[in-house]
Parts: sequence; C-alpha cells; structure tokens
Amino acid sequence: MSGAGASSLALEVENLAAARGLRVLFEGLAFRVSAGESLELRGANGSGKSTLLRILAGLTRPHEGRVRYSGAGPGDSEEAAQHYLGHLDAVKPTETALEQARFWARYFARPQDVADAAIKRVGLANRKSVPGRGLSAGQKRRLALTRLLIEPRPVWLLDEPTAALDTEGRTLVMQLVAEHRAGGGIVIAAVHGEGFANSRILDLSTLKAAA
Amino acid sequence: MSGSFSVFARELKLAWSGGGGAALPVGFFAAAASMTPFAVGNEIGNLQIAGPGVMWIALALASLLPMERLFQADLEDGTLDAYAGSGVGMEGIALAKTLAHWIATGIPLAFIAPILWIMLQGPPEQVLFVIGAALVGSLAFFFFGSIGAALAAGLRRGGLVIALVTLPLYVPTMIFGAAALYAAAGGGDWGQPALLAGAVSLFGIATSPFAAAMALRMAID
Repeated sequence: MSGAGASSLALEVENLAAARGLRVLFEGLAFRVSAGESLELRGANGSGKSTLLRILAGLTRPHEGRVRYSGAGPGDSEEAAQHYLGHLDAVKPTETALEQARFWARYFARPQDVADAAIKRVGLANRKSVPGRGLSAGQKRRLALTRLLIEPRPVWLLDEPTAALDTEGRTLVMQLVAEHRAGGGIVIAAVHGEGFANSRILDLSTLKAAA
Repeated sequence: MSGSFSVFARELKLAWSGGGGAALPVGFFAAAASMTPFAVGNEIGNLQIAGPGVMWIALALASLLPMERLFQADLEDGTLDAYAGSGVGMEGIALAKTLAHWIATGIPLAFIAPILWIMLQGPPEQVLFVIGAALVGSLAFFFFGSIGAALAAGLRRGGLVIALVTLPLYVPTMIFGAAALYAAAGGGDWGQPALLAGAVSLFGIATSPFAAAMALRMAID
C-alpha cells in the first residue's frame, strides 16, 4: 500500500485518557487529523506527549477512550497504517547501517534497492558500512528515519524526530514531513522548538490545566 | 509473514556474529557434566545411576542461561517498539527469535551431548538417541524458557524471575526426558517416555509464543 493518494484517511481520537501509575496525564482528549495535516504535540516534559504517541501507535493501552483510523483502505489493520518512531532508535550495535536498512526492507517485504536509496536520502551513504556502535547519536536517528522511507505508510507518529540531529538533519526531517503531507500523509509528532510549516498544535500542558 | 521470517534470519546472524552467543551455554553444559565423575566418584555403578539425570539437569540449566538476553536487548534499544508498532504480530516475533536462538545454541548443545554421555559411562551405541533426546528436550527448554524471558524482559535482574517462572514448566520434560535416557542407558524400551517428552516439546512450541507475546506486549506498554 502507498501513503500517496490515501486522501480520505483520517485519524480520530475520542475521549482519550491516559495515566501513568496514579497520575492522570490527560483526559477527555479528542481530535481529528485528516490527510495532509500535521499535528505538533507540545508541552512540558512529562506532560504525556510520548504516552499519547504510544497510544496512537497501539503500543500502550489508553486508560479510556479510543483511537480510530478511518479510510485506511479496506482490509487494512490499524497498525498497517502507521509508522512509530520513538525516542529509541532501534539500532543494533553489530550490524552495519546498510544491513539494518536492508533488514527493514526485508521485514516490510520491500525490494533491497529501496533500502539503499533510503540510506542515501538520510545522508548516510558514506557511513553505510559502519556498524551501529560506530554511529553518532544523530546518525542513529538518521538511520531510524530510513524506516519511514523504506515502507510508505500514511500515518507517521514521531517522538521528537529532530532530537540529536544537526541543522542539516533537522532540515531533512522538515522536508520529509512536508513531502509526506503533500502526498496525503498524516504526521503527528512530539516537538520542542522549531515546528513544522502551517501545522496544528496540541499543547498537552494547557490541556491538563484546563481539565 | 515476511516480517517474522526476516526477524528469524536476522536473529540467527546476530547470534553468531556477536561473539558466539552459544559459547557460554555450551561451556556450562560441558563443565557441569564433566565435573560429575569427580563429584559422584568414577565407579561405573555410581555414574550409571547419576549420569543420565545429571546430564539432563545440566542441559536444562544450560538452556536457561541465554534466556535473560533473549528479548532484553530488543526492548532496551527500541527494536521491540519498532516491531510492535509496525503491525507484525508479537507471536511471530517471539517464535522467530526463540527458534533462531534454539538453532544457534540448542543444536550445539545437542551435538556435544554424546561426548558427555560417553564420559558418564553411557552405552556408546545409544549416542544417536542421545542427540535426538537432547534436540527434543532443548526445544522444550528454550520455548518454555521464552515465556520467562518475555516476562522478565523489562526487569533489571530478571534471571531469578526467569528461573522461578520457567523451572516448573521444565518439570514434565525433566521427568520424561530423564526416564527415556535411563531406559536407553539400561538397554530398556525408551519409546514411551521419549514420545511423551516429544509431546511436551510440541506443546511448548505451539503455546509459548502466545504466552511470550502477551508478556512482551505488557513489557512495552
């Protein structure tokens, strides 16, 4: 399936609540993100941005409420619609950058040259035969970004995608997000500092204060 | 499907590339069994009584050794999140990883078992049976072990939890496998206990990926 052209896609959240231990992170959260839109999650550390992304990715179960992907196409499961990039990069220390990209290509049943192209696109072409333990934090993050390019999926859930990236890397993320949205994709990202161009913003700190 | 298969191939490669994951369990197995004659005495009678049982216990404990790292590394570096967030079932991931680790570690264990068997005065004509028994037994030990491994993946010192959860599940294999080995050593009919041990292993392979997947989903929650 392809992210482009899935223009009827929308992600809908109803009455969502999350708690960590006894602490309520947010409750009564409702929003809808349609094709081509991006939503920036903002708020202080610990306000629940990562938890919200994990709930949207289906990794964490919400305390209450539900997440729905509509128009993801007939027969598509909820998970097949999205990519989740957490703050951990899922980089293996012993495999080279190219091997890891090619592993994800096999994992998603995509051709190997897609992995090679993705490595070039994220600027790791000259580091592709370096094992994971030899990559810097920013290079590991770039390697994690290749997953977005290897398998096109309409919804991207990104947890601080620009963390550890240099200026050029940040520009790359902005470009990828803009291209994805232009193709009808959805981006939901926890962001500090500079955000995406004409993006909607959800501030979890103020939400909790209001609740 | 391609997801689980690619994880299987990757795990197999990682198990052998990362400095020999099989070395410690195989070394433990060999050491435990070769110490036995010194402890129980090298009279043939003593060894024939203790040998098969000690060998089977050593195999079970050696299989338990690699369990602590089975899922822990993937949980720590975010790989499990990436697997879980991409729509491949955790059951397939658990099956692929456990099977790959059994091939990388369980099969080497089974192939050194005959050497230890002869060292413990077992009849040499039974070595093929011993290899088969160790293959079947280690399958059960690895797959039941994967449940404990998944439950303890998020714990800092999970080894004790793995032992507590897993050892009761090892009991049927312990009983039937050791019974088969004693029967083989005594020249008796080992067919029935061996078949029962095989059935337990099949049960473990069929059910443990589901239990492990459930525990892994809790670990990443």
